[in-house]
Amino acid sequence: MKSIDLQNTPLRELNQQLHQQASELGEPQWQVLNPLGQHNIACGLDQKLRVDIHGHTGYFCAGMNQQAEVVIHGNAGQGVAENMMSGSVRVKGNASQCAGATAHGGLLVIEGDAAARCGISMKGVNIVVGGSVGHMSCFMGQAGTLVVCGDAGEALGDSLYEVHIYVAGSVKSLGADCVEKPLRQEHIEELTALLDAAGMDHDPSQFKRYGSARQLYNFSVDKTESY
Amino acid sequence: MCGIVGLYLKDLSLEPQLGALFAPMLISMSERGPDSAGFAIYGDEVADDWIKLTLRHEDPNFAWQALAEAFKQNLQCEVLWFNNDKVAVFKLQSSAAAAADYLLGNHRDVQLLSTGHSIEILKEVGTPGHISATFNLPGMRGTHIIGHTRMATESAVTMAGSHPFSTGLDLCLVHNGSLSNHNRLRQWLLRRGVHFATDNDSEVAAGYLTWQLQEGASLREALSQAQEDLDGFYTFAIGTRSGFAVLRDPIACKPAVMAETEHFVAMASEYRALASLPGIQEAQVWEPEPATIYAWERGSEGSTQ
Repeated sequence: MKSIDLQNTPLRELNQQLHQQASELGEPQWQVLNPLGQHNIACGLDQKLRVDIHGHTGYFCAGMNQQAEVVIHGNAGQGVAENMMSGSVRVKGNASQCAGATAHGGLLVIEGDAAARCGISMKGVNIVVGGSVGHMSCFMGQAGTLVVCGDAGEALGDSLYEVHIYVAGSVKSLGADCVEKPLRQEHIEELTALLDAAGMDHDPSQFKRYGSARQLYNFSVDKTESY
Repeated sequence: MCGIVGLYLKDLSLEPQLGALFAPMLISMSERGPDSAGFAIYGDEVADDWIKLTLRHEDPNFAWQALAEAFKQNLQCEVLWFNNDKVAVFKLQSSAAAAADYLLGNHRDVQLLSTGHSIEILKEVGTPGHISATFNLPGMRGTHIIGHTRMATESAVTMAGSHPFSTGLDLCLVHNGSLSNHNRLRQWLLRRGVHFATDNDSEVAAGYLTWQLQEGASLREALSQAQEDLDGFYTFAIGTRSGFAVLRDPIACKPAVMAETEHFVAMASEYRALASLPGIQEAQVWEPEPATIYAWERGSEGSTQ
């Protein structure tokens, strides 16, 4: 395992070393010490790496991730795993706003709470939040799944496209065009798989499902496959 | 953009270290605000029948001793003073109104940055590192302190646009964001006797709180009503003689993070400003909720959210 202490290594050097793994995998296990809230830690990875970050991170940690498994042993600042394409990002603590924003793929797990705008404009990522999410979460969510084991804040799923939203606790209010939908067997299965993948112990049948009423956007049933 | 930071001591044995703990917090927010910076520090209280002023003059060689003599003669009062770069702290056995009237009538070239029993405001155009070094911030002691690093958007890079703003006794506000109804609100407050020194939107927020407190509201009540009357984006950190408060608008676009240990409460625009604080790894760290008042008052226990 390679260990990098950000107290005496410049951040760009860390990211450069991680990026070099994309062309030739030399070291799959990385540990980052003393992140001290710096921005853009472990962004743009594109290799099957395991990166453990010990401490709190700043903005955009593990943004644009592909393939790598990044674990933040602390809290994450704004935009953690922003635009993730694949791989996984796990936050052991809480995440600030815009967690998983615009992410296309992969799995984002936040063991604590996520603040406002969690999964804003998500485009295929799966997000599992152990605690609660703040207001405007999943705003304009296009594809993927958002699982909230706690409560959701105001205007959940506002202007929603095709994200599947599952919430175990209360929802303060639903956003425009977001409605509660029946939880069928296929949804129980989807939810069970995601809770298992995230290592969360919850009864899937206790969740409620929310989705788009499809009144706001130009939905055509003939093109369902392309959404 | 702008960065705001605040540090409120629960453990008063840390008072001699307040400036040393706070300076890295302010400097870490340089990228958020490289244009000007400032801070309001509380401590070194004067007796109830005294008043403390922070004054500033463009001329670094301004004759502060002569001003002290003039105060003594014209206000018939005891005067203590010291200066720190272009700023001087005056302590007068007089009233805030009498001192302000005298300055207005005789020394319009002297800027009045703050009045109160505890507060001192120091601010300049320049980077946070420059401001910290100019005023020897790491050597300062006190009970609580709030600071601001400014990236100018709403008005020019000048002293007038530099935060913090104080519009009433011991009250100070720093602001990250922009207010959209400040012109109308300024006119409304002017008619109610609140004075403003600049065209800055954040000063209107400070003036609004001053007016609310003058009308008898508690800090909590004033902030509660502020959410109705202020339109725009804001994260505020507010200092009073014995208190410290944080408020974000309901949309909460502007960032904020808070930390609390048994020794202190701290807030900042970003976590990295808190990373240098002792015991931060074990601190309770959280993001303040939108439209929620977080306030600490000396003499009362803990946060009263």
